[in-house]
Amino acid sequence: MSSAASPAFKRLGDVVEQALPKLVLGPTLLASLVFVYGFILWTGWLSFTESRMLPRYELAGLVQYISLFQNDRWWVALTNLAVFGSLFILVCLAVGLLMAVLLDQRIRAEGALRSIYLYPMALSFIVTGTAWKWILNPSLGLERLVQQMGFTDFTFDWLVNPDMSIYTVVIAGAWQSSGFVMALFLAGLRGIDESIIKAAQVDGASMPRIYLSIVIPSLRPVFLSAIIILAHIAIKSFDLVMALTGGGPGFSSDLPATFMYAFGFTRNQIGLGAASAMMMLFTVAAVVVPLMYSELRRQRHG
Amino acid sequence: MAEHAEVRTAGPRLLGRAVIYALLILLAMYYLAPLFVMVSTSVKTLDEIRAGNLIALPAEITLSAWAKAWSSACTGVDCSGLRGNFWNSVSFVVPAVLISTLIGAFNGYVLTMWRFRGSDLLFTLLMIGCFIPFQVVLLPMAQTLGWLGIANSTTGLVFVHVVYGLAFTTLFFRNFYVSVPQEMTKAARIDGAGFFRIFWRIILPLSPPIITVTVIWQFTQIWNDFLFGVVFSSGERQPITVALNNLVNTSTGVKEYNVDMAAAIIAALPTLLVYVVAGKYFVRGLTAGSVKG
Repeated sequence: MSSAASPAFKRLGDVVEQALPKLVLGPTLLASLVFVYGFILWTGWLSFTESRMLPRYELAGLVQYISLFQNDRWWVALTNLAVFGSLFILVCLAVGLLMAVLLDQRIRAEGALRSIYLYPMALSFIVTGTAWKWILNPSLGLERLVQQMGFTDFTFDWLVNPDMSIYTVVIAGAWQSSGFVMALFLAGLRGIDESIIKAAQVDGASMPRIYLSIVIPSLRPVFLSAIIILAHIAIKSFDLVMALTGGGPGFSSDLPATFMYAFGFTRNQIGLGAASAMMMLFTVAAVVVPLMYSELRRQRHG
Repeated sequence: MAEHAEVRTAGPRLLGRAVIYALLILLAMYYLAPLFVMVSTSVKTLDEIRAGNLIALPAEITLSAWAKAWSSACTGVDCSGLRGNFWNSVSFVVPAVLISTLIGAFNGYVLTMWRFRGSDLLFTLLMIGCFIPFQVVLLPMAQTLGWLGIANSTTGLVFVHVVYGLAFTTLFFRNFYVSVPQEMTKAARIDGAGFFRIFWRIILPLSPPIITVTVIWQFTQIWNDFLFGVVFSSGERQPITVALNNLVNTSTGVKEYNVDMAAAIIAALPTLLVYVVAGKYFVRGLTAGSVKG
């Protein structure tokens, strides 16, 4: 403030200056309060009503949750989430860890290889789904290629086979996300104290043994955060299924997110859609909160 | 590694190296294969696709599939290619990225340099916004956009992407500014510099790396978004990801795989370009954004 300013003006200026940080943060907090927390409550309310094409607000108890859990399609979506989620997480962890360990062996052209493993993360799941839909095409894709190589009996129809369609989502999803897990593990490996490894080598331990009993156990926190992120991606998976299988054949590859979209937006069952959305929120909370908690507790206790 | 150990185990070690490189190259081929298939399919004719196989090189290169994907392929009832949707995406992605980054920078600045009672709690509350599955806000947001009169508009998509991107941008800037020594701003405050002056003179000049990371992260996220696009827009207003999905999954007429692939590459080009030019910052954003959030 310049000394020429009147005292009253100066005081006003001070008040504004003091309140400024809160004023700046205010809109974001308000937005979060309304559009995150408020909207969750709103969706929660809708899930207790009989809303169909238009939202209605008279409470009707648990009807939507009851009909949700009586709905075969919802059970297919939940089973698929369990299958897809666990395989997706396992494959990504295994491939990601393998690539990170291989890359950590003082490799030439490490940067180039890393970029190749990671580029799918820059793509939209719609693009990934489109590409894999073509590769897995039951007549012209991989099946034709292998047949032309001489294996004429080879069939690969997972994309149109209701028993197998969910596994195509695992294939494409793991292709997209495993490079990212590699990046996490590689950062973790680079943080390990090399003198411990050297000491073990002097003691005559073999490289695989050093990795299995020293290096990989020390990556525990990386495993935890990778699992949190992958679980989160799996529960929210929507675009990939839409592009790859559209939830089909029939609804054999539905996931909760595609179920929610189908009922909440295309089939005009707002109440049921809201109930399924709330179940998704609970699933994320049930998976992420315990993992986060154990991670935080570990950090606190060193 | 100690020298004598190297000599003693030179034979197996060489074999080990060979295995490592072989595995790394195989993995690289696996990751590149879909890109190769997309590009080669997109320049083949439909006859060649039907007669040949996935990995066969094109006999002759034709760009007609690209032309069709860009300007005359059908995405539902409309048959004017992806051109319009590409520019749609540009028109909401650019403002959404800029606005969310700007607000995130100020939020991060407040949460580190101007902390007040309860600001850490507020930050935690804000961060939960990174975790929710967006399905849980879709129905209310559809209604709200209608009330605000911005349903199915560029403004509406900018609004949605800014609102749900703020938690991430705030997180990025906050975690970056936490490592800036407080003494710098304290000294400036004693000298009488105010909120904006300190930001402008001290904080902003330190910020180019984190601005780059945030802009790239937001750009990739918003350009690649499908959920908000498919729910909050329709027809001509749809972003490119939604149009691509419509194009690929329309069941009418002859399936033109070459056009599908050209369209997919067109939709992927902007983010791929960013990845090639600024991959380092992209990876930094990935690890920063996800490890913490």
